[in-house]
Amino acid sequence: MTEAVSNEAPTDWASEAMQARIRRRYAQERGFKALGLLALTLACGFLLLLMASVISSGWTAFVQTQVRVPVTFDAGELGVTAEQAKANPELLRRADFEGVMQQSVTRAFGNGAVLVSDGAWLQLREAAMADPSLIGTTKDMWLIATSNIDQLAKGRIDLQAAEGDRPVTDAEIAAWRKLGAAGDLRKAFNRTFLTGADSVDPELAGVWGALKGSFLTLIVTLLISFPVGVLAAIYLEEFAPKNRWTDVIEVSINNLAAVPSIIFGLLGLAVFLNFLNMPRSAPVVGGLTLALMTLPVIVIASRAAIKAVPPSIRDAALGIGASRVQVVFHHVLPLALPGMLTGTILGMARALGETAPLLMIGMRAFLTSVPQGLAQPATALPVQIFIWSDNVSRGFLEKTSGAIIVLMLFLLAINSLAIYLRNKFEVRW
Amino acid sequence: MNDQAFSSVAPAGGTGAEKPKMTARDVRVFYGAFEALKGVSIDISTENVTAFIGPSGCGKSTFLRCLNRMNDTVAGARVEGSIALDGRDIHDPAMDVVQLRARVGMVFQKPNPFPKSIYDNVAYGPRIHGLATKKPELDGIVEQSLRRAGLWDEVKDRLADSGTALSGGQQQRLCIARAIAVNPEVILMDEPASALDPIATARIEELIDELRGRYAIVIVTHNMQQAARVSQKVAFFHLGNMVEYGDTREIFTNPKQSRTKDYITGRYG
Amino acid sequence: MSWGFAWLALLVAAAGFWMGRARGVRFAEAGAHEIGSVHSRPHYHGLFVAILALLPAMALLLLWALLGDRLIAREVLASVPAGGIGATDLDREAFLSEVRGLVRGDYAAAFDPNAEAAAALWKQLAQRWGVVFGLGSVALAAMGALWGWSRLRPQFRARTRVERMTMLLLVVASLVAILTTFGIVASLVFESFRFFELVSPMEFLFGTNWSPQTAMRADQVGSSGAFGAVPLFWGTVFIGAIIAMIVAIPLGLMTAIFLTQYAAPGFRKVAKPVLEVLAGVPTVVYGFFAALTVAPAVRDFAISIGISDASSESALAAGLVMGVMIIPFVSSMADDALTAVPQSMRDGSLAMGATPSETIRKVLIPAALPGIVGGVLLAVSRAIGETMIVVMAAGLAANLTANPFHSVTTVTAQIVALLTGDQEFDSAKTLSAFALGLVLFLVTLALNVYALAVVKTYREAYD
Repeated sequence: MTEAVSNEAPTDWASEAMQARIRRRYAQERGFKALGLLALTLACGFLLLLMASVISSGWTAFVQTQVRVPVTFDAGELGVTAEQAKANPELLRRADFEGVMQQSVTRAFGNGAVLVSDGAWLQLREAAMADPSLIGTTKDMWLIATSNIDQLAKGRIDLQAAEGDRPVTDAEIAAWRKLGAAGDLRKAFNRTFLTGADSVDPELAGVWGALKGSFLTLIVTLLISFPVGVLAAIYLEEFAPKNRWTDVIEVSINNLAAVPSIIFGLLGLAVFLNFLNMPRSAPVVGGLTLALMTLPVIVIASRAAIKAVPPSIRDAALGIGASRVQVVFHHVLPLALPGMLTGTILGMARALGETAPLLMIGMRAFLTSVPQGLAQPATALPVQIFIWSDNVSRGFLEKTSGAIIVLMLFLLAINSLAIYLRNKFEVRW
Repeated sequence: MNDQAFSSVAPAGGTGAEKPKMTARDVRVFYGAFEALKGVSIDISTENVTAFIGPSGCGKSTFLRCLNRMNDTVAGARVEGSIALDGRDIHDPAMDVVQLRARVGMVFQKPNPFPKSIYDNVAYGPRIHGLATKKPELDGIVEQSLRRAGLWDEVKDRLADSGTALSGGQQQRLCIARAIAVNPEVILMDEPASALDPIATARIEELIDELRGRYAIVIVTHNMQQAARVSQKVAFFHLGNMVEYGDTREIFTNPKQSRTKDYITGRYG
Repeated sequence: MSWGFAWLALLVAAAGFWMGRARGVRFAEAGAHEIGSVHSRPHYHGLFVAILALLPAMALLLLWALLGDRLIAREVLASVPAGGIGATDLDREAFLSEVRGLVRGDYAAAFDPNAEAAAALWKQLAQRWGVVFGLGSVALAAMGALWGWSRLRPQFRARTRVERMTMLLLVVASLVAILTTFGIVASLVFESFRFFELVSPMEFLFGTNWSPQTAMRADQVGSSGAFGAVPLFWGTVFIGAIIAMIVAIPLGLMTAIFLTQYAAPGFRKVAKPVLEVLAGVPTVVYGFFAALTVAPAVRDFAISIGISDASSESALAAGLVMGVMIIPFVSSMADDALTAVPQSMRDGSLAMGATPSETIRKVLIPAALPGIVGGVLLAVSRAIGETMIVVMAAGLAANLTANPFHSVTTVTAQIVALLTGDQEFDSAKTLSAFALGLVLFLVTLALNVYALAVVKTYREAYD
């Protein structure tokens, strides 16, 4: 029927019906395109929202509220005189600075006022160790405020809420107002956050412990997964015969790249901890586990890099009598190395952000000191974020977001390095 | 061994009194089930440049790659028959393929310098084979090789530049220098000028002529004029067979086989 | 201790290298620069000797590192007077872990009266065996080096040998991938098997009641708990394969279409890295965002439309955020699939007067469908294996509900809950985590294999 029509007369494009149809189609076209742009905007908008939310709640983690306290370094209270301290710093290290701080705070603000952090006595000790002549004198010091005062000062507490609905008491609010009016309150850069380890008090908690745990873990990961991954890639790409065995290897690697990370955690738990009796919570075990997880990523990236080296280079070297092993190690490997490194760095970035496998092998311990070795209990930055995120205190909310900012900055740096490497060394054949 | 193939070739090849450098007898190459080369026998001597000619896919490059066992690198390729270098079978398990390739060098169709400096390109072979123990010695080898390849004057002031920065013709001469540097006895050239412009091609052809006598040179070419210009012996390949082998002048003026004649006169190919 | 011996063995190997190389140099000088008179360059002679020294020594040290603990543990257990410790494996493990703690210095004093003596014995044994194995490895290194050195000749094929050993190293490296797969399967199957001795597979796979109780004491009533995993499977599918995909498929697909078909190259250059950033955000950050920002917003929304029993840990919040996390993944898979469609197909449609959107909908997407479907399957596999978002935002209530505002739990969230904190390793509770892991592994494996096969056939079709 339509055939008959089309055969009889040419299409009347100017007709009203045809023009309407074309208009409708163009409208559809615009709608479809707008839909695509909308999808992209939504995706990017979500990223912006996420960043904005994290940064707005987290930037204050890098700021610390401090209270001015006239501290009297009373030799009697400390149990050490200035002379003794000079002669023997160890005596001073063990002196009762907590008592001195309590006394000074009580003297300045009256009994029962909780304004200064429990851990602020460390500041006194640091000052006295640096200058023992302080003993016996009184000095104005800026001490770390409690988390509640800190949060009040940062305006994160809803003052309109009833006393029972907010974490701070009316007395604390009154004290905060008084401190502010007297100029005894200031904000400073939060060094503790970047140098400290975990703590029960949010104002004393820091990310350095977790960060160092992450570094130790990643070192182990890198040391294992990079050489093994590169060697495996070389074998599979340059030497492996085509047979059932190499097929099995191939399939395993491709599948391992898509196995959920938590499964690697189960593997680590069952094999490294329960079968080999390696220490729990240790970076070495975390590193091994993440190495197995990162390995397939590195193998796949390295194979792609090897494939990109033109065969003519191999022919040339073979043609003047290099052996196949020499061809690979003298020519192919150096040329493929930038690509391999890029893949490895991206794999490391993924490992740095990984949480679930580390939870499985117990790297979620509460540790108030910075880990010192590969076999010592440690935690990792993403795990620290997870642990803190469980904490209901407002002070920890801010620290969690702060830790996320630190983590994201590291990821940004690592990824930029990978992009830089790729651009600098990428060779077009 | 195929006696007939042997006898049909021996008279044509073995005209001179000199012992041939390489001898091939009934060489067959299979890629899987496909027989790419169907029993080729030939003698190659040092005093002549030997050219392999024939249409695409006739097996001439395949045969060339047999001569230094580069076919080993092709998965699924299988070589039958015997090839001897100075009377020793190159497939003998006692023959080290690496030393074979040092003695039988190769220059490829497209210039393929390593992405290293000009110096390192030439020095690579002597280094891996341990031909020089001291730096001045190595410098000498590099200079001599570049001189023989006719490239020295053009690059002597920029030996540290990358080999890939040279022009196509220079790159190919660099590849020839690289092959010469390991002091080979035979040089195989697989269409060495096909990727070059006419001037660069002429330069390469001159070079081949200069190298004649010092090395046994085998060249595969599509270009009949080139074969006529540079070679003294020509082997014509067709569909995996070596159809005819003889003196260049003879083949080009008076081919015995009609297939050779048809090809040379441009009926096909 | 054993590190010291490892360094010593390394030193022996280094000496071996130096000696072998020196001998190689003498061969080379005698051979006078002629190819063929000396087979290998001097450093290959050196490497050959060094490898022969290092390989057996390192093998012995590795053996010690892997098995030493077990060896000592057995001897220590045998030394404890009869009746000193309980008869079960569990008692023995507890005793040994206490002894290990004492040895490491984690504990100042022991509860078990036998532990102090056992710890002393442990230290003594560790030292003695450490020295035995260490000296053994150094001796092996020296012997290997000497033997290797004695074999060097001008015609000795040192390079071939070294290269063969290099190949061995390469093969071993590529076997690590197989070993990992094997390790995963073996550990999951082994522990799951122990679990199924306690709980029937039928109950696990088809039961609808999940409440793994913690056994405070072994004789406690009701310590076994209920292990019907259907609510977990449902929660996983609900969040990962339904809600997340409702978000990710349209957004990811449209994003890919816009970027490949409409966007100017400059725009594409900016937008793609943004998507890559989205893909690179660690999952714990998504989880934090889901729990802190999205979940309360979803609950408030639910209450505002009259759903009063909305949970603050809703399936919707976790699923939404997971969907966003998956967008870049779906987008890049769809991008690949769309660009693999031959240009001629697009041109053919456009040349007939079809608009770009008609071309995309009627020609490109049908042609790219296998690739897109494969990508979506991979995305599902990734979503159901995702852990941190659901741990932080979905909660642990094993509800069998289709209401997105209610709380559900997933396989991965349960694994984390079951295996964190202190627990004994033999209870059904902890073992059930491995059974869940096995199910998760098998399902994702099946999805991956199938999806990769689909994508591969699709790519080959247009190659």
